[in-house]
Amino acid sequence: MAESYRRSHWSNALFILPYLTVFVSLLVFPLCWGVWLSLNKVDLFGGARFIGLKNYVRVFNDPVFAQAVWNTIVFVLVSVPTLVALGLFLALALNKTSRASSFMRGLFFSSSILSVTIVTLIWRFVFIPGDGLLAILFDAMGWQQIGFLSAKGWSLFSVGVATVWWCLGLPMMLFLAALQQIPNDLYEAAALDSASRWRTFTRVTFPSIKSTIILVAIIQIVMQFQLFGQAQLMTNGGPAGTSRPIVMYIYETGFVRWDVGKGAAASEVLFLIILVAAMVQYWVTSNKEEA
Amino acid sequence: MACAFAVVMIAPVLWILGLSLKDNTLLMRGTDAVFSSPYTLENYGNLFHSSLVFRWLLNSTIVAIGQTLGVLTLSSLAGYAFARLEFPFRKTLFVIVLFGLAVPEQAVIIARHQMFSWLNMHNSYLGLMLPGMSSAFGVFLMTQFFRAIPKEIDEAALLDNTPRFRIFWRVLSPLTIPAQATLGIFTFLLAWNDYWWPLISATKKEMFTLTIGIASTQTNFAQSEGLGFLAAQAVFASLPVVVVYIFFQRHIVTAVSGGAVK
Repeated sequence: MAESYRRSHWSNALFILPYLTVFVSLLVFPLCWGVWLSLNKVDLFGGARFIGLKNYVRVFNDPVFAQAVWNTIVFVLVSVPTLVALGLFLALALNKTSRASSFMRGLFFSSSILSVTIVTLIWRFVFIPGDGLLAILFDAMGWQQIGFLSAKGWSLFSVGVATVWWCLGLPMMLFLAALQQIPNDLYEAAALDSASRWRTFTRVTFPSIKSTIILVAIIQIVMQFQLFGQAQLMTNGGPAGTSRPIVMYIYETGFVRWDVGKGAAASEVLFLIILVAAMVQYWVTSNKEEA
Repeated sequence: MACAFAVVMIAPVLWILGLSLKDNTLLMRGTDAVFSSPYTLENYGNLFHSSLVFRWLLNSTIVAIGQTLGVLTLSSLAGYAFARLEFPFRKTLFVIVLFGLAVPEQAVIIARHQMFSWLNMHNSYLGLMLPGMSSAFGVFLMTQFFRAIPKEIDEAALLDNTPRFRIFWRVLSPLTIPAQATLGIFTFLLAWNDYWWPLISATKKEMFTLTIGIASTQTNFAQSEGLGFLAAQAVFASLPVVVVYIFFQRHIVTAVSGGAVK
């Protein structure tokens, strides 16, 4: 007799077993183990001694960490709105079915497929003093050259420019997908009321894609908090640590100085910051919706 | 406006292409030499002399393909079960797996590194490709795709008492090929471009992936005498992903925008 299709059966779980094994051993276990490590004084030979929250105290008392947190927050606060605004602008401009606009979409998305190494290499060729593309441009204009990667106010900014260039494709694509979901009769109704373009945008387009804007913002917040490769390769955190992000601090503490417990503590702090930032963003925007 | 952005978008790429086609001694005198001939392919030819670049290319290929096959296998098995089968704790497990989407790599990296040290798996292909297989994104995507397949298709086979694995393999899997392509390309690009894990796990030069390898040649960038050669390396290293992108653009767009709208 044939078994009922939906009958619960242990043997059915065999299908998820391979993935679950990988998931537990490479994500769940390390997540818990990381928390444990952060509560221990770990030496290079694998010995560990429980010291409670002392690693966290050390992290919070470290001015280098405070600076890295500050850099990262500034970076996120500037890069995320830029990415959302530019992505939305491009999506609106390219939301047509012409050949030219589909080519442009491809062009704007293409940078996202490059690795961080290539992206930073490209932008270092642009930013390097003396020989860079911008240096030549500045010379041609008769302007004073700027040490984009070596001046205090500029290094984090330059990392941000490269990041926006690299990451812009994803927000644009997500916004385009959302724009195409808006039913056309909404626009027809707006046209009948002879609403201005701005009014059509604020009354029709914007409300329809609001949930996508929230989604894009959350994805970008989570991603940009993880800034690492660009800063490491372009400025190495300098000058004087003004462009060192949190992840680079974790990397240096955990894998350069091999202070494993402290590195683990810093990574748990980052995890918490990301969770809280994403939740606050979600909460603020969904609350507004109700009001 | 959008056109102006397009120029900003493309200018750096043209710049690096130009540099890669110039003689290095000419560039030493000034990079504005890019704007006029002569151009040469010498820098690309020199790639063949530094044999490690090809080793890195091979490593990246092995790691990216291996990781992709792993993700496809694991996620389609799990996706099938989550979408179609009933078993104890199914919903709870699915929620836990989705929670995995929210865990940033940094939160697990130090513990993962220790684990791989105990198992002596650093500087190995398996060590490089395994962590990427724990990603929950593929399972989520495949579950969605299996759910979208009409139930009638496999219910008939089930009445004939066909074993479940056979239904999965012979009846349903072929229907998910477009989804597999999408997930596969996406995973391949992610694996190919990964920087963070190979940087920590691969310490021997021969085990670098292309991403890490190229990065390791960039030190002393400003004093470098071979700007053209560096540029050629960058162009060479990004060729595989550019080719993948051009051929599979449609699938990449689906992967990026598909699941997010609903």
